[in-house]
Amino acid sequence: MQCEICQKREATIHLTEITDGVRTETHLCEHCAAEEGVAVKSHIPINELLSSLLSVQPSDEELGGYSGEELSCPHCGFTLEKFREKAVLGCPYDYDVFGKSLLPLIKKTHDGNTKHCGKVPSRVPEDSKKQLKLAKLRQQLDEAVRSEDYELAAKLRDKMAEND
Amino acid sequence: MKLTDISDKLNEWFSGAGPMSDVVISSRVRLARNLAGHKFLSRCSNAEKSVILKKLKGVLMSLDLGDDVFYLSVDGAPVLNRRFLVERHLISQHHAFGKGPRGVVIARREFFTAMINEEDHLRMQVLKSGCQLSQCIDQINRIDDMVEEKLAYAFSPRYGYLTACPTNLGTAIRISVMLHLPALKITGQIEKFLNATRALGLAVRGLFGEGTEAAGDFYQLSNQITLGVSEQEIVHRFEHVVIPEIAEYENAARETLLSEQEYLLDDKISRAMALLKNAHLISSQEALFLLSHLRLGLNMHEHLGASTPAIDRLCALRGDHCADSKNEGLSIATINRLFMLTLPAHLQLNYGKELDSAHRDALRAKIIRATLSG
Ligand SMILES: [Zn+2]
Ligand SMILES: [Zn+2]
Repeated sequence: MQCEICQKREATIHLTEITDGVRTETHLCEHCAAEEGVAVKSHIPINELLSSLLSVQPSDEELGGYSGEELSCPHCGFTLEKFREKAVLGCPYDYDVFGKSLLPLIKKTHDGNTKHCGKVPSRVPEDSKKQLKLAKLRQQLDEAVRSEDYELAAKLRDKMAEND
Repeated sequence: MKLTDISDKLNEWFSGAGPMSDVVISSRVRLARNLAGHKFLSRCSNAEKSVILKKLKGVLMSLDLGDDVFYLSVDGAPVLNRRFLVERHLISQHHAFGKGPRGVVIARREFFTAMINEEDHLRMQVLKSGCQLSQCIDQINRIDDMVEEKLAYAFSPRYGYLTACPTNLGTAIRISVMLHLPALKITGQIEKFLNATRALGLAVRGLFGEGTEAAGDFYQLSNQITLGVSEQEIVHRFEHVVIPEIAEYENAARETLLSEQEYLLDDKISRAMALLKNAHLISSQEALFLLSHLRLGLNMHEHLGASTPAIDRLCALRGDHCADSKNEGLSIATINRLFMLTLPAHLQLNYGKELDSAHRDALRAKIIRATLSG
């Protein structure tokens, strides 16, 4: 198979991308793949990823004006310095305490996602459950509209009205 | 229950049964959970770890899983036993050689294990042979619900299940399939597979041994994104996109070997047979590498009806020494058994004492020769 870009060399890099349920395939040679910035490295260990992401942040701004003095969690005494070193947090509250600094990392490791979608423990108050359900429906609705599935969109709107 | 009760047997997830088992060895779903009201483990004293361990052990041991359940202390276990548990995928390397009070709850048939005080307070998994992700997720969900009836998890409506490392946040689910891809390797197309998986945002690692080198052509493929994607969406993607696509690649490579490169295929199988039947010293890496080619030959015979001079000779081997084969020729189960039972810790545990590497290599070669003679 020929490379799609140079149309000369043999394509050895084969990429499959799925966006909104549509599958696209790209076939490139090593050379053009490198030019295009396609990563041909094998999967990066989490720790390496973490340290590389954290080494460029947080900026003083992201720390919310805490520049200079080290912010620490009132529940467990954890600091961002320690997180950078260990790659794990100290307690569940750290997600609130260091929320601003962690957000870019969370976004990056989860493909831009910042909101939970999926299982919810039965103990969670009904209010929160309802909100999660609505958020999920809204997301599905957006997708339905984008892919012009108006039948599905109408169904989802009805469901949202029921849950509201 | 002692480890030696299971150490000389093949585990269910490696039985060679289940859908698509010629390519998909097994399916696994793992959930990470932390208890509300406790710090994450990095900030826990040993005393607090003991409290968490006691709570979780009590609840897990009381669950009705439809099988005998036993508990093992990991920090109190001999190193050889810990290595054995890692080889059998019952605990992680991290858990085996971590710090402080920790343990594991194991269902006797090994479809379920729960690591207590690994990186998170609780990491539990359901493992099944072949492509059975839907069954895995249904079962782990039921178990998760039972635990949650008794203990409150750390959860936030925004971020989902809160985990020690932000990379696991959200559903905190890790879905993996273990694949055997020898034909892609032989035909030099394994890069194609690796690129496809990267493009899909998945992590790949070897199944046996350390590091990323895939000994025995076994690969483990896992999701990396856990936030903003539901459990069902990930499973659906694996079952309907990822697995079919890779199985198609591998099967196409097997067909190519058969139709265009029979000499190459027969060379690999014949060399593997010759070495395995005659060698007196075999390292674990070499055994995995050679057994992989036997497994390929048997699967091609069974699933593609392949018949070549080498495959015919392979199928005629008796596969002695194996309780679960009826001496009707070499079976996949016998080969899988050799894969598992000749791993270093298995070998030593079944031998009854620790051996240096030269003695392990000799014992491994002896077991393989005895099994394949006939
Ligand atoms: Zn090119
Ligand atoms: Zn904290």
